[in-house]
Formats: sequence, C-alpha cells, structure tokens
Amino acid sequence: MTVTPAQHATPRAPTRRARLPWQRVPIWALMLLACFLSVVPFYLMFVWASHPSAEVFTFPPHLWFGDAFARNWQGLMQVTDGQAPRQFWNSLYIALISTLTTLFFCSLAGYAFAMYDFRGKGALFAFILGTMLIPPLVMDIPSFLVMNNVLHWVGQPRALWVPGMANAFGIFLMRQYISSALPRELIEAARMDGATEFGIYRQVVLPLIRPILATLGVVTFVGAWNNFKGALIMKLSEPDTMTLPLSLRRLGGGATNVNVDWGAIMMLVVITVIPLLIVFLLASRQVISGLTSGAVKD
Amino acid sequence: MSQRTPTSAPPRAPWSYTRFQQRFAPYLFVSPFFLLFAVFGLFPLLFSLFLAFHLWSPLDGIGNWKFVGFENFQLALGPTDMFWKSLKNTVWIGLLSGIPQHLVALPLAFIIHHSLRRFQGAFSTILFLPYITNAVAIAIVFATLYSERLGILNYLGGLVGLDPVRWLGDPNMVPYSVAAVVFWRYVGWNTVLYLSGLQAISEDVYEAATVDGANGWQKFWYITLPLLRPMMFYAFTLTIVGSMQLFEEPFMLLNDGGGSGGAGLTSAMHIFNTAFRDLDMGYASAMSWLLFLAIFALSMLNNYLFTRDGGNK
Repeated sequence: MTVTPAQHATPRAPTRRARLPWQRVPIWALMLLACFLSVVPFYLMFVWASHPSAEVFTFPPHLWFGDAFARNWQGLMQVTDGQAPRQFWNSLYIALISTLTTLFFCSLAGYAFAMYDFRGKGALFAFILGTMLIPPLVMDIPSFLVMNNVLHWVGQPRALWVPGMANAFGIFLMRQYISSALPRELIEAARMDGATEFGIYRQVVLPLIRPILATLGVVTFVGAWNNFKGALIMKLSEPDTMTLPLSLRRLGGGATNVNVDWGAIMMLVVITVIPLLIVFLLASRQVISGLTSGAVKD
Repeated sequence: MSQRTPTSAPPRAPWSYTRFQQRFAPYLFVSPFFLLFAVFGLFPLLFSLFLAFHLWSPLDGIGNWKFVGFENFQLALGPTDMFWKSLKNTVWIGLLSGIPQHLVALPLAFIIHHSLRRFQGAFSTILFLPYITNAVAIAIVFATLYSERLGILNYLGGLVGLDPVRWLGDPNMVPYSVAAVVFWRYVGWNTVLYLSGLQAISEDVYEAATVDGANGWQKFWYITLPLLRPMMFYAFTLTIVGSMQLFEEPFMLLNDGGGSGGAGLTSAMHIFNTAFRDLDMGYASAMSWLLFLAIFALSMLNNYLFTRDGGNK
C-alpha cells in the first residue's frame, strides 16, 4: 500500500449523511479532552515558570500565571552560574549543524538512489535499509569506545553530530520523495545543457525538494536538540559544552529534591521546549504529511 | 566541458570528464553513508560482539581484555543479576503504555477521519505535539504532577475523596506512572500514523460496500481494518522497538536506579549503568546483544501475527 502526497490532497466526496448536531456532542467532547490532555503539560510548565519557586508546589496548585517570570530567569542564571544562555547556544549549535549536514548528505545520497542507474545500486540501498534494523542501543557502548579510545572526541560536540550526518532514515525519505516528485527528463535536460552532476543536484534538485528538506530538517533538529542519552554518554558536561537536557538532568534529576529552585528549573524546562514548539508549529503540516508518507511506502 | 584526447582504442568512446563524472557521481554521492557506517557502525558493532565474550573496562586500555566465553551471558540470564528483572520491567511498562496507545489511537484517528474531517490538520498538529517534545523536560513536569503531597494528581484525587497515591514511591505504582508518560508522548504519533493510513483508503471501496448494503460496523470490520493492516504493522513495530529501549523517561523520573525496589529499572538503564557507571563494558555489551535478541524476537512475533492469515481479518 502506498501513501503519496497527491492522495493526501485529493478531496473526498461527501458521501455520508449529515448527522444531527446532538450526535456530535460526544465526539467533540472526546476530541477536546484528547487535545486538552496533549496540551496541558505544556501549559503547566509555563504556569510554573511564572511563579516564585516556593509556590511551584503549593496546595491547592496554581493553575494560572503568576508574575515571577523575570525572577525565575535570575534564579536560573544563579543556579547555572550564568551558563544557561551558553547551554542554549550549545544545544542550538549541535542541532543546527546536525540539521545542515544531514540535509546535505542525505539528499545527495537519496538523489543518487532515485535518479541514477549504477552497478550495485539495489544492494547498496538494501544494505542501508538493513542498518535501520540495528537498535540504536546496541551501538551506545562501542561508539563510546570509538570516540573515547580511537578518535578522542569524548566531551566534544562533534561526537554527537558526525556519526548521524548520513543516516539510513534520511536517505530513505529523500529517495522516496525524489523518485516520486522529480521527473528523470528534468535531470536529462539539465545534463544536455552541460551542467555537471553536482551542479544538477545543487541547481535543479535542491530547489525542487524543499518540502521534504523541511520535513527531514525539523525531524533532525528536534532529534539533535533532544539528544539526552548521547550527550550523557559522550560527557558533554563541561561548562562550555553542556547542552540543555544535561543541564536539566543536573538541576531536576530524580525530582525528589525539594530544596532546589523549582521556579528556575521550570524556566529551564520552558527554554528547552520553546524552540521545539516554534520549529514544529512553523512546519507541522509539512512534517506530519512528510513523515507519514515515508512511513508505509516500500 | 573539458574534452581530453582519447587514450583508448578507437572503437571505445573518447574519455571525457563529462562521462567520467556521470559514471562516478552516484558512487561519490552515496559514499558518505558507507564511510560513516564503517567507522561508527560496522566497526563498533563487531567490537561490541567481541567485547560481549570478554571482561574489560575502558580503564584497562586497548588489548587488555580477558576472554570469558559465555560467562557474561550466563551471568545476565542467571538469578543473581538485575537483567532479567529489568527485562520484565521493560516488557511490563511496554505493555502498559503500548496497548492503550493503539487502543486509543485507532478510534481517535477513525473519528477524526470520518467525523471531523474539516479540522483534521488542527487536531493532528495538537495531538502530535507531545511527540516532538523533550523527554527530560517533560519528565520533570510529570514528576511535579506526581508529587505525593503537593502534586496536582493527588490534589484532583483528593477532591473526589481518594487517598494520596505514591506515584513514584510505591514500586507497584511505578510501572503505571512511567507508562502514563510514555503513553502521553506517543499516542498522538500513532493517531497520526493511523490517520494517514485511513486517508490512503479509497472512498470507492466504501461506496461499493454501501451499494452492497454493508452497515457502518461491517465497513469498519471488513474494509477499514484489513486495509489498515500495513500501517498497524508498522506502528506496532515502532512501538515494540521503542518500548524495549525505553530510557529517558524512567531515568529522569526515578533516577538511574529505577526508583524504590528498582521497579522502574529498564534494560536500557541497566545496560547504561553497567557500561558507563560500573565501566563493565564486556558485560554490558553482552546484555545489549541479549536485548537486541529480545527486540528481534518480539518483532518476529509481531510479523508472524500479522502475516499468519494472509490479509484476512
């Protein structure tokens, strides 16, 4: 079964009988409840970040915003020794450079698999897909050892972004999109006009695959921004390399400690989540349709 | 285009840069993956397999490993170690979060697709939101909700006369509390998957069924479910593979020990602790391969259940 972007867009004929309004009440109630439960933790983190530390835990709990936003920011700067902006930058740097390199290498490989005929193509592509079957967890220990004992990259941001630059999922997604969205004649025409192979990729292919670049870009950005275990294993824990998830762990880990600045922690939670919300809301339709169209196409 | 003088026999086309780069461009374009995989994939994978049969700490230095045969595996499967317990925890939390995910996601997708079509985009965006959030940040929010004396959950429970629940303190409660967070995070993702599966089913099939006099339930049972099977298989596979590697949520909610009694210690956490806290790399590698086998077996079981009766039902 295939799901193509074209099918998504096809409007369906309204074949069903119109229902009576009262029959729709339970459906709407159910949907609103589901949406409410999805959103409420986000809402609460903003509420808590706006209350003085001592009032994050009060009884009955606060359900509306307070006025301690600025105070909690100062508290956050205090508990992180002024490192919070630096941590934000570290996370952003890793996420951006991951995204750019992944988009470049995956689109290049996806283009090659979609538009060229070359010896061994089928086997190479099957091999790439096969690597997706290896659970990431099995790679944790040996990749740490490679970073630690061979490359000596432990503690450096590149330990996080280099290994994933050209990944199976990205190549697969790109190949699927390019082979269904780009006609081969276009490539041939550019070749007739004397473009080099890389020139065709850069000037013809790249501009035409923006939608799927957006999808893979958001997914990669979110994944890199959220990479907690990787940062933990590769010990990005020095002040100049610490990322936001590690900082969160250091401040709020175990969550049993009451004698900490909860307002500050909630401020850090908010700072960690805001870029994700922005990136996703800017491209949510594209991401959802791109991801799900790649999902079952094989 | 630079044309060079022919260097080969006359029948063959002259060597040209254009032709050369056309032939080799695809190899160049796909090579980064294979280079990276050799360094960060294949070599580590083989090394991990090698280590699984050795006793070694990274502090011992390269080369100073001691061959122990299957001892690491025996230890992991023996009664003295936490591995079995962690595996049971992992599967239990996986069932508690995974089954409800799909039981809720399928009807939700069905309702959105058939009754709320105009708001499809808005609903899928909102339901998808938890999926893209940061696990560490959200675990802190949930830990606050779960707080025994001052958390919102026990406050709400108190309003209807329930006794406070020790969400993260009672070993019997811990799997449910962790599973709830996982459920919250992935139910929307599954809904969106099912929604796109439903969108791919042609409307003609339903119309034909209507002509033949099928009722709503029959349409769901004999059309929707069978045609949704590939997507269900995919979604189940993702849930299985993901649940078996659960790490961040319990690690943050309960600390690395998995809370009181280790009720929330998952296999991924246990392997992490063994490798990076105790620095017992050989043993941890062996356990990671055992976990890999468990994931593989469950995926095969899933595959078997889905292909057994060849698309019927």
